[in-house]
Amino acid sequence: MTDLTRATAAELGRLIASGEASAEEVTRAHLDRIGEVDERVHAFLHVDTDGAVEAARAIDSARAKGEQLGPLAGVPVAVKDVIATTGVPTTAGSKILENWRPPYDATIMTRMRAAGLVMLGKTNMDEFAMGSSTEYSAYGPTNNPWDLGRIPGGSGGGSAASLAAYEAPLAIGTDTGGSIRQPGAVTGTVGAKPTYGGTSRYGLIAFSSSLDTPGPCARTIEDAALLHAVIAGHDPRDSTSIPAPVPDVVGAARLGASGDLSGVKLGLVKEFAGEGAEPGVSAAFRDALDALVKLGAEVVEVSCPHFEYALPAYYLIAPSECSSNLARFDGVRYGLRTGDDGSKSLEEVMSLTREAGFGAEVKRRIIIGTYALSSGYYDAYYGQAQKVRTLITRDFAAAFEKADVLVSPTTPFVAFPFGSRTSDPYQMYLADLYTIPSNLYGGPAISVPCGLSEGLPVGFQIMAPTLADDRMYRVGGALESALGTLTPPAL
Amino acid sequence: MAAISREEVAHLARLSRLAVTDEELDRFAGQLDVILQSVARVGEVAADDIPPTSHSVPLTNVLREDVVVPGLSQAEALSGAPDAEQGRFRVPRILEEEA
Repeated sequence: MTDLTRATAAELGRLIASGEASAEEVTRAHLDRIGEVDERVHAFLHVDTDGAVEAARAIDSARAKGEQLGPLAGVPVAVKDVIATTGVPTTAGSKILENWRPPYDATIMTRMRAAGLVMLGKTNMDEFAMGSSTEYSAYGPTNNPWDLGRIPGGSGGGSAASLAAYEAPLAIGTDTGGSIRQPGAVTGTVGAKPTYGGTSRYGLIAFSSSLDTPGPCARTIEDAALLHAVIAGHDPRDSTSIPAPVPDVVGAARLGASGDLSGVKLGLVKEFAGEGAEPGVSAAFRDALDALVKLGAEVVEVSCPHFEYALPAYYLIAPSECSSNLARFDGVRYGLRTGDDGSKSLEEVMSLTREAGFGAEVKRRIIIGTYALSSGYYDAYYGQAQKVRTLITRDFAAAFEKADVLVSPTTPFVAFPFGSRTSDPYQMYLADLYTIPSNLYGGPAISVPCGLSEGLPVGFQIMAPTLADDRMYRVGGALESALGTLTPPAL
Repeated sequence: MAAISREEVAHLARLSRLAVTDEELDRFAGQLDVILQSVARVGEVAADDIPPTSHSVPLTNVLREDVVVPGLSQAEALSGAPDAEQGRFRVPRILEEEA
């Protein structure tokens, strides 16, 4: 039999449905692979061996009874540790939630379980999803399977690395400023941020509520679309969930794979056309663009003059919302409590708990957010950033008058060595330069592997209008059909 | 000119209930100054006539029928608490006890 860990999720689903492989065999193959390589990769914070085998057996027995199963039934998935999951710890990469076991499942988790997906475990991430390298995880970084001395991207570096290391065929990420797409880019995998509100935030530990978006990570476009279809759709438990039908992303991915992009207009964002990107990243991006033109796509230049203000606006809006959201970690209802020796007040215990439980980047962002929201500075910082958000949304609207999707590199640089951007926090922020505009606007965007620079993967970003998630899957499917997928060196 | 001083960072840390150390204050003050000087550029473009956007999805007042649906039990809600007593969260003292 072929190596089950190298198969796509779609193939695994077919093998399980036809009885050529059992869900338990597929799950055990991935658990074995995790046992073999994760000591070096450190993609996982928690591996749920017993739970995974039990879930896989339930699928096998359902199939034996002749039950009708979905296309991903029995297929394993790795879940970012910011998604609440019953039965296993959920830490968000933070010491303040060490060993916390959520009393409920996130909506996307409920939907994955209902679709028969088998959760392998929880993946590493920058603490509370704040970072671009997993170096801000309280549990140590994840190593990029392409080069173990380099970052796997972040915040969802664990999910992306688990795919590149063939530890899982599918993974869940969350994208607030690029935390699905940038890890996808630097690990040579696919990462999709759905339309904001297209996937439920219920049970997602909040970082920046107006931006946070859960989404699929995979090694192929079709696999990402299949997982997207499982988790997306209106959820009454999330007040910002959009009550609209989910676009046919799977059909779009397959249409794209047929390799015909006649009549599709790709908007080349003038302001992002390689400026600020490493030469090798720009070169791979240009080559990919040429490949899409050969498939019939037309390139039109679009101007988004306010995109250059997206990064500053984001680094005011996200910390502001984080300073408010993370107030809930007060040592009272869940998580860590430090210094409660009977002599200290609630306020002192709270301050000691938060000091001990949060890492440096989280503290920096809480302090910045508190500053930006404080009276006297609110108008100059948070208020202005919200106006920039309007201008960026207008830029997108104007660009989509001329183009069906917008394209850019996903991130300006390939995977960088550990420690090279931690001393200056702002240098780390630049990793999200091209991904942030879609978060501020709310539209969907995907990163697709488009070649190598210096032997390391480069990502091609496709941005689509709000609720037109299918468009990015069509173009992504076409790009994949032209360029193929990337295979990392053997671990 | 610095956008933010060490004293301001100390004040903000207190407001944020973070018992930061002197070493952290030294480090954060410089780092936060760099970040704030960089993000202050938002002031260059946003004019008075531009409305703010708080949210990309224009949804308001999401309502539902007032019917009872299952929620967490008391035991589940308390399951992660650092300290609980008699079915409630137990907290350190809130009022000062003056002798």
